[in-house]
Amino acid sequence: MKHTTEELEDISKEVRKDVIKMLLGAGYGHSAGSLGMVDVFVALYYGVLLHDPKNPEWEDRDRLILSNGHICPARYAVMAHSGYFDHKELMHLGEMGGILQGHPDKRYLPAVETTSGPLGSGLSQASGIAHAARMDKKRFRVFVITSDGEHNEGNHWEAVMFAGKNNLSNLTMIVDRNNIQIDDFTENIMPLEPLAEKYKAFGWSVLEIDGHNIEEIINACNKARAIYENPTVIIAHTIPGKGVDFMENNPNWHAKAPNDEQAKLALKEIRTMQGRVKEYGE
Amino acid sequence: MINQKLNLSDKLFKKDIELKLMRDGFGYGLLEAGEKDERIVVLTADLKESTKVNYFADRFPERFIEVGVAEQNLVTIASGLANYGKIPFATSYAVFSPGRNWEQIRTTIGIDGYPVKIIGAQSGLNIGHYGVTHQSLEDIALARVIPNMNVVVPSDYLEAKKATMEMAKIDEPFYMRLPRIENPVYTTEKTQFKFGKANILTESKKPEAVIVACGLMVYEALLAYKELEKNGIETIVINIHSIKPLDEEIIIRYAKLTGAVVTIEEHQVNGGMGSAVSEVLSKNYPVPMEILGVQDRFGQSGKPIELFAEYGLTKEDIMKAVKKAIARKNS
Repeated sequence: MKHTTEELEDISKEVRKDVIKMLLGAGYGHSAGSLGMVDVFVALYYGVLLHDPKNPEWEDRDRLILSNGHICPARYAVMAHSGYFDHKELMHLGEMGGILQGHPDKRYLPAVETTSGPLGSGLSQASGIAHAARMDKKRFRVFVITSDGEHNEGNHWEAVMFAGKNNLSNLTMIVDRNNIQIDDFTENIMPLEPLAEKYKAFGWSVLEIDGHNIEEIINACNKARAIYENPTVIIAHTIPGKGVDFMENNPNWHAKAPNDEQAKLALKEIRTMQGRVKEYGE
Repeated sequence: MINQKLNLSDKLFKKDIELKLMRDGFGYGLLEAGEKDERIVVLTADLKESTKVNYFADRFPERFIEVGVAEQNLVTIASGLANYGKIPFATSYAVFSPGRNWEQIRTTIGIDGYPVKIIGAQSGLNIGHYGVTHQSLEDIALARVIPNMNVVVPSDYLEAKKATMEMAKIDEPFYMRLPRIENPVYTTEKTQFKFGKANILTESKKPEAVIVACGLMVYEALLAYKELEKNGIETIVINIHSIKPLDEEIIIRYAKLTGAVVTIEEHQVNGGMGSAVSEVLSKNYPVPMEILGVQDRFGQSGKPIELFAEYGLTKEDIMKAVKKAIARKNS
């Protein structure tokens, strides 16, 4: 089913509400990164990935690896909307024995592709899958989402070199460039810029996009499919906490969940597009 | 008396017993396994020749992956390959893998139980002149603490070869440690090898102690057995090549039979094979036990034989420990 951009934006709005409710219910979680990557996940699941929610083990599906597993609430919510599991499951985030573990756990939910959370390893795993696919002349693509903060990890750059060396053109990485990590802004902790130039120097193709423009995300992923020379990194500039004024661009919300009062306010902001539209009955 | 059922080498205690590298056993076993199963892929971190994967790489260049000096990447790339459906063998030196990349092994291989085979070469004091930085004495402990992980320590060329070919067929993660130096090939093609099944190398009607050994220390234990026999002390020597799963039944049975246990390994005593044996016995049948190995110390440069003497890993040390364990039992 093909969706219009407007429809996808509406789905994003619903997903953001789900994320707030999930984090409130769980009482912990990463608010900023989860909200910031909602549009990317919606674009991927609804407009980019070749996948079948009813047959998640389909051999030729595109793979989506989430390296920074802590933003899994956004992925879980989009997966529920696209039909991987019952929407009601979302209210059981981080519960013992549940499919939605606090960090993605393939044993409980195989459709997450990898068990992840510890930073800096996702690109390596994605590169391993891409390399294996190429050995077997498989046509599927491997997408991997990484955070900007995890670029502090040496393991990540080992993989950047590996993918560049092997020209893994079936591999696309989307970097969540939201400029925050746990302790502070990324450029204060360990400066990453000039990030695009670094990737170019390592033999990657680089695209830079607005990570909240769903059409632009889909177009960039399609463009990456057409690049046969080398792996592509899409640097998606996102706003951490996107959609909720008091969370946006604030490192304090990196690893924090809202309380009742804050969640109420956040949901209102998402409903009203941060006060730009009036609520029904207002 | 040597256990005849195991078909050990007829040159067992002869001067001209053949010396070979366990690493070569691994390398040739890998080549044979690779011929049988196309899913097998091999990775190395700039150590192709010394981990002996050059035999595989020359035959199957399209299934060989060089990741450079990057051990964290080595095992996480392997995790991705296994996620797709390959059977990766990831090789480096034990001190770096599972040393430097332990969390990646735990998280990206252990949790999901991917069939990645981690090969840690140049383990132990026997790496000699390289010195303390390269002497991995902690890898058994690091590997065996990870759930789902199998841990194998072969004791000669043929056993390393059999272990390699067998682990290739099992859909689970493995860690195998290999030494640098060559040692006597005391087994034969006919000697049985089964994961989780210890080999009882010697028999006796009235054994006074059991010596449990792994790796290079197995042959050392056999030498001690022979000397002790001359002194009228009969012992059972067990080659415990599988540290995990451990042959608990055999350990308990021989602890009951002898009432005195000596373990010896070229590894820290904390968390190693002796610890594993002790865990089993303290729960099931505690008996006096001497745990030989490196006693919470770091190594240094030297010839392997000098280092074994300095760190208490010789047949004389084993004999002393056996006598001590027997005395404790009888006191």
